[in-house]
Amino acid sequence: MWNSRRLVLAHLWFAFASFGAALPLGEWQMFIRSPLHPWISDPEWYYRSVTAHGTTMAYVFPTLVAMGFGYFVTEQALRRPMVGLRWAWLGFALVVVGTIAAIVPVALGRASVLYTFYPPLIGHPSYYIGIVLVVVGSWVWVALMSINMYRWKRDNPGAPVPFPMFATVAGSYLWAWTAVGAALELLFQIIPVALGLRDTIDAGLARVFFSWTLHAIVYFWLMPAYIAYYTIVPRAIGGRLFSDTMGRIAFILFLVVAMPIGIHHAFEDPQIGSGFKYLHSVVTAVVALPTVLTVFTICASVEIAGRLRGGKGVLGWLAALPWRNPVMLGAALSFVMLGFGGAGGLINMSYQLNATVHNTQWITGHFHLIFAGAIVIMYFVIAYDIWPHLTGRTLDSFGLMRAQLWTWFIGMIVLTFPWHWVGILGMPRRMAFYDYTDPAIAPQALSVTMSVIGGAILVISGVLFFIVLVRGQTTLRTEPAVYRFSVAVRPPRTLPAALNGFGLWLGLMVALTIVNYGFPIAHSLATPGTAVPAVKVGERW
Amino acid sequence: MTRERIVSLRNPWFTRSVGITAAIAIVAAVVGFVWLPLQHPGERFKSVWDAICSAAGLVRNAAPGTQIVRADYPTTRVEIDPQMLSGASAESIGRGATLALRCTMCHGARGLSQADTPNLAGQYPVAIYKELLDFKTGARVSAIMAPLVADLSDADMRDLAAYYAYLPRVTSSGAAAGEAPPIVTSGAPLRSIAPCGACHGEVDSKASAAWLEGQPAVYLRTQLEAFASGARRNDIGEQMRNVARGMTAAEIDAASEFYARAQ
Repeated sequence: MWNSRRLVLAHLWFAFASFGAALPLGEWQMFIRSPLHPWISDPEWYYRSVTAHGTTMAYVFPTLVAMGFGYFVTEQALRRPMVGLRWAWLGFALVVVGTIAAIVPVALGRASVLYTFYPPLIGHPSYYIGIVLVVVGSWVWVALMSINMYRWKRDNPGAPVPFPMFATVAGSYLWAWTAVGAALELLFQIIPVALGLRDTIDAGLARVFFSWTLHAIVYFWLMPAYIAYYTIVPRAIGGRLFSDTMGRIAFILFLVVAMPIGIHHAFEDPQIGSGFKYLHSVVTAVVALPTVLTVFTICASVEIAGRLRGGKGVLGWLAALPWRNPVMLGAALSFVMLGFGGAGGLINMSYQLNATVHNTQWITGHFHLIFAGAIVIMYFVIAYDIWPHLTGRTLDSFGLMRAQLWTWFIGMIVLTFPWHWVGILGMPRRMAFYDYTDPAIAPQALSVTMSVIGGAILVISGVLFFIVLVRGQTTLRTEPAVYRFSVAVRPPRTLPAALNGFGLWLGLMVALTIVNYGFPIAHSLATPGTAVPAVKVGERW
Repeated sequence: MTRERIVSLRNPWFTRSVGITAAIAIVAAVVGFVWLPLQHPGERFKSVWDAICSAAGLVRNAAPGTQIVRADYPTTRVEIDPQMLSGASAESIGRGATLALRCTMCHGARGLSQADTPNLAGQYPVAIYKELLDFKTGARVSAIMAPLVADLSDADMRDLAAYYAYLPRVTSSGAAAGEAPPIVTSGAPLRSIAPCGACHGEVDSKASAAWLEGQPAVYLRTQLEAFASGARRNDIGEQMRNVARGMTAAEIDAASEFYARAQ
C-alpha cells in the first residue's frame, strides 16, 4: 500500500535542502546591513541574496513541503495506493528543473528583482520561466490530490472523506486558484518583456495581479501547519480532535475568504480605488475567523489530552501535558508565534494603521514571525513525526529535537521582535544600507544587532535540524507501526454533502474573487497610458 | 446522502453560505463605496454615483475651478526608455562625424576636451541626444550651445549622439581615482540622497544618466551648483535638483573631483 515513500522523501529532502541553503543567506543579509559590518558598497550583492533567499523560501521550500506532505496524507489517510505516481514524479521533476532555472540567473546577478518581482524591474527570462515551472509542477500535485479524493469518493459512496485528505485537498485548491494571479502577471506581462517582445509594462496592473497571489500564498504555506495541528498534534499527545466538523469548516473558510483579500498589501497603491481597499480589508478581517476556530479547536483537543493524562482543575491539565514530546512542544511554540504574528497582522490589514507600518521593517518582521516562525516550526514537527515512516528507521534524538525547536522559537523571537520595533520607529524595508552613525537612526543600532543575534540562533537551530535528520538515517531499521492521524471525539459517520466536497466552496471562492478583483483588473486593462518602460536589471549599457 | 443536491434553495448549507458571503460583500461595499467616501471632509461629490466612481478608483477629471499648477519654464520634452538609440548604423555615425566638426572648438577633435567643457567621447547616446534637444527647446539654458543647436534636425541630433557614443572613452592616464567618497557609493540616505553611483555607473546605470568618469571637475561642480540653485532644471522629475540641493559644498567637491580623477 505504501507506494509513495520515496516520492515523499524526495520532496521533503529537496525542500529542506533548499531551506538549508537559503537560511544562511538571510542571516548574512541581516548581518551586513547591521552596525556590526561596514557597508559592502555594492547593493547588488544584497539584492541578489534577498532574491535567492525569498525565491527559495517562498516558492520552493513550502511548495515542496505541501506537495510531499500531501502525497503522504493521500496514501495514509485514504489507506490505499496513490493514483498517478508517475505524474507525481513528473511534477517533482518540474519543480527541480524550475528551481535550478530560476536560481542560476539569480546567482549570476541577472535577476535581482526580489521574489515579489517588482516590475518594471525585469530580470533574465530564465528566472521567471523557472518559477512558472515550479508552479506547473505544483499544479500536477493539485490535480493528483483532486483525482485521488474523487476516486476514493466514487469507491466509497456516501462515506465521509477522511479529514486529513479533505484538508489537504482544500489546501491544494486554494493554491491552484491563488497561483493564477502571479501566473497571469508572469505569462502575459513580465515574460514577454523579459524575452524582449515588449519594452513597456503596466506595473500597477502587475501589482494587482501579484496581490492576488501574495496574501493567499501565505495561507497555502500555512496549510501543512494547520493540517498538522488538527491531524497530528492530538494523536501525538494521546488526545482526540475536539471536532471534525469544526476542522472542515475552518478549511472551507480558508478556501473561500483567504484569496480575495490581497489588496491590503497594496493599500498605498494609487491605481486601486479606496472602496476596493476597504472591501479587501473587511474580508481580511473575516479570515481571522478560521484561525480563531482553529485555535479554539486545537486548545480544546489539547485539553482533552491533558485531562486524559490525569490533569485536573482549570489549569491543571496544562501541567499534565507531555511537554517533552517534540510535537507538543513544537505546536505550543507555534501557537505563541501565531498569536503574536496574528496580532501584528490585524494592524497590517487596518487601512489607517497600515499607513504607519507600510514598507517598514515591521512588515518583514511580521511575515518572518508568521511564516518562518509559526509555520516552519510545524514543518519541522511534521518531519519529526513522519520521518520514521519514510525511512523505516527510528528517529530518537528527542533531546536534540527539543533543543532545535526551542532555539528556533527563541531565535525567531529575538530576530523579529526588534525587527517590528525598528519598523515602528520608521526604518524602511528593502534597503541595503543604513548609516547608523547618523544620530537620527543611531538608537536603532541596538535593535538591529539583536536581530542579527536572533538570526544566528536560527542558523544554529537549522544545523541541529539537519543533525537530527542525518542521525535518523543511521539508526537501526525498524518496521514502524501503521501511521495514524488524530481521531475526532465523535468521528463522523455521515456528513452533509457540503462538508464532504468542494463544489459550493469553489464557486463562492471564484465569485468573491470576481467581486473583489474584477473591477480593479478590468479598469487597469481599459485605462490607456498606464504602461511604463521596463528597467532591465543586471545589464550594463 | 449522495443524492443530496448542494445547489438548491432547500439546502441550508447553500442558502446560508451564499447568503452570509453576499451579505458581507454588500455591507462592505455600501460602507466602502458610499458611506465612507461621503464622510470624507474636503471631498465634494456631486452625487452618490460620483462617490462610488471615486471609491472604485476611476480616473476623474479635476473639478471645475481646481487650479492646475504648471511649470512656468520650458520643461524637457524627451521621453527616454532604456533601449532608445541603441544599435546606431555606420551611416549615422558617419553623418554625426561630419556634423561634429562644428563642435571640435570646445569639445575636442575626438570628443576629448582640454577646456573644462564635457568630454563627449564614449558618452551614452541618450544623454547627448537629450541635452541637445533640451538646448534646442530651451529646457536647458546655455548662451553658447543654444545658437549651435538651433538649426539641428532631430536626425542630426541622433547622428551626433551616435558618433560621440562611438568614439573611444578617455583612456586611463595612470592616475588612480582613489577610493570613491561616501556620497558616490552610499549617498546620504537620511537626506534622501541616493548614491551618485546608483545611476551614474559606479553601482548601476540608469537610462539618461550621463557617464561621468573623466569629466572636468569644474564642469561637474558648476552643474551640481546650477541644479542646486535651480538655474538648471531639465531633469524632468527634479531628481538632480533634489539631490544637489541636499548636498553639502564638501560633498559636491568630493563627487566632482572623484569623477574627474576616475577614468
